[in-house]
Amino acid sequence: MTKTTIPVEEFAYPGSTGCPGCGANLVMRYMLKALGERTIVTIPACCWAVMPGYWPSNCLKVPLLYCAFEATGAAISGLRAALDVKGVEDVTVVGFAGDGGTVDIGLQALSGAAERRTDAIYVMYDNEAYMNTGIQRSGSTPWGAWTTTTPVGTSHGFKHESKKDIMAIMQAHKIPYAATVSPAFPEDFVKKIEKAKRTKGFKFIHALSPCPPGWKTNPSLSVEIARLAVDARVFPLYEIDEGKVHITRKGKGLPIVDYLKVQGRFQHLTEPEISSMQKIVDDNWIMLLLKESSGT
Amino acid sequence: MRMVMTGNYASAYGAKLARAEVIAAYPITPQTSIVEKLAEFVSSGELKAKFIPVESEHSAMAACIAAQTAGARTYTATSSQGLTLMHEVLMWASGARLPIVMTNVSRAMAPPWNVWADHMDTVAQRDTGWLQFFCRSNQEVLDTIIMAYKICETSGVMLPAMIVEDAFILSHTSEPVDVPEQALVDSFLPAYSPELKIEVGKPMGFGSLVKPDQYMEFRYKAMLGMKEARERILRVEQEFKHIFGREHGGLLDLYKCADADVIMAAAGSVAATAMDVVDAMRAKGMRVGLARIRAFRPFPHEEFRSLAGKTEGIAVLDRSFTFGAAGAMFTEVKSSIYSCQKRPVVKNYIAGLGGRDITPKILEKIFEDMLVVSKRGAEDEVEWVDVAGLPRRWR
Repeated sequence: MTKTTIPVEEFAYPGSTGCPGCGANLVMRYMLKALGERTIVTIPACCWAVMPGYWPSNCLKVPLLYCAFEATGAAISGLRAALDVKGVEDVTVVGFAGDGGTVDIGLQALSGAAERRTDAIYVMYDNEAYMNTGIQRSGSTPWGAWTTTTPVGTSHGFKHESKKDIMAIMQAHKIPYAATVSPAFPEDFVKKIEKAKRTKGFKFIHALSPCPPGWKTNPSLSVEIARLAVDARVFPLYEIDEGKVHITRKGKGLPIVDYLKVQGRFQHLTEPEISSMQKIVDDNWIMLLLKESSGT
Repeated sequence: MRMVMTGNYASAYGAKLARAEVIAAYPITPQTSIVEKLAEFVSSGELKAKFIPVESEHSAMAACIAAQTAGARTYTATSSQGLTLMHEVLMWASGARLPIVMTNVSRAMAPPWNVWADHMDTVAQRDTGWLQFFCRSNQEVLDTIIMAYKICETSGVMLPAMIVEDAFILSHTSEPVDVPEQALVDSFLPAYSPELKIEVGKPMGFGSLVKPDQYMEFRYKAMLGMKEARERILRVEQEFKHIFGREHGGLLDLYKCADADVIMAAAGSVAATAMDVVDAMRAKGMRVGLARIRAFRPFPHEEFRSLAGKTEGIAVLDRSFTFGAAGAMFTEVKSSIYSCQKRPVVKNYIAGLGGRDITPKILEKIFEDMLVVSKRGAEDEVEWVDVAGLPRRWR
């Protein structure tokens, strides 16, 4: 058996109030393993605003700064400025937000922090809807998904709009480092966070975060589903290092139906609809390969 | 050193003398020159601080909140639409018990667009848990910023403060201002060192979730903080006077009220005009006085109660209006004196919205009206002054 490269020390203690099988628990756990104790995590309204536990409990071994829903980008800028002015330089500042708090209500502050080159890591854990409020569609919900605000069985049916490409948005900000990570591939995950920590300036991490209640999946399958997302190329693992795209895991190229069939939120989709989703995934994959080969 | 400067520069010098360490701000008319001056101070090295050019006022306050939580003294400035955009995070700042100091250049709310003096923006934030100080002069702006840090950074207070300048009337009008020596300010205002701040090695959550069985205690403690602020405002001003030789009137700045038959209650720059009017009317034998509301939060309820038995009428001048009710200052003054045995007649005059001039003539007519009303009672408790289509008795 090969030795793991993942740090052994735990910074996420038992006691998180997350749901069974919560992907965001794993995202926080692996992120902190990579960053260590000299880290301050800023959390806006999202599942993780609740998961550390009621005051005065905190299941994490690092200090937490809670902020308003749309304010993560601004809060990490303020935190970094205060640490700098006080001469505290070896602390990693993290913004840890959900997809709604990032691609929707928090996009303005995120863009500001990226443009200002704030020296911080922004992690978006993407469970593809407003899950803390109970499964409402976000700008990061994929085409075809059921949510409580895109109910199937009405005239409009499932979500008919594409998922916002937050990585492209961040790439357009010319930040030094951006990467996608998955809790199914912890070594790749940890390596990327360690790289983000070493890099000066604004870093963005897009973490897929399976959500059993929101995706209508078996809690015991969360890691498996996260792996399927990579293997079906729905969620490719890559990094954008100084503007250069590098795919870190090509995946098996499984048909998308393998990924969809285990999730209740996609059960209503017809075969032609699944085919059109497959086409979106294929096109995105080709675009990513092109980006990688052209060095952009 | 005496310098001629605008209210906005007085704000910038105040923040500089208080040694603000993190400044996050966004431009808005007529606040912009505060931010420009501070950016200049920081880039020239005159002020050792981090300047964060944020992308909105909401982010300005959110950045100040984070920085202050990490133990830095912060400052920002805004106005009108910017202040109201901050509303959510203003509550966050006070709830998190962070003594942030901010200048608000008080300006009208749109629509219709209007960039001139009006208190609607400030008054609309009265429930956010901030101390609010209305200023009469540029000197008072500079001095109050320095005092506000000292008032608010006490462990018993730990609430934020808003220093209010009237748009253009103070923000863009130059006056001689005494800029105190840095060493003197340092002796008055020690470095910010809160009991608690966010730091590695102490894995605490700042602003975490509390249940119904704990939330009220947090609110109760903030209420005690505001109560303590009342005493603290008075005490700090005495210390300030001792060192700098100036004072600005505590929570309620009384001018010739001791024997006044009627008193005008007003806030902001109009108080300077009203003092002249009081003098002129007294010269003609009319016993009038001015109670300048300097602190709108905490409100000088006790001060108004002690005035109640000594005067026949209080004319409350509001530079804003709460639709469906009355002027906010009027409501406060009335509720202050309700429990008094002897109550004067109180009438509300709405004037000067959107930067309309409140002339000495208008103030004189208000006093004259009040002298009559105080004898026979007010028919209409709220009167709009100098509005087209209404009786032109105010010019």
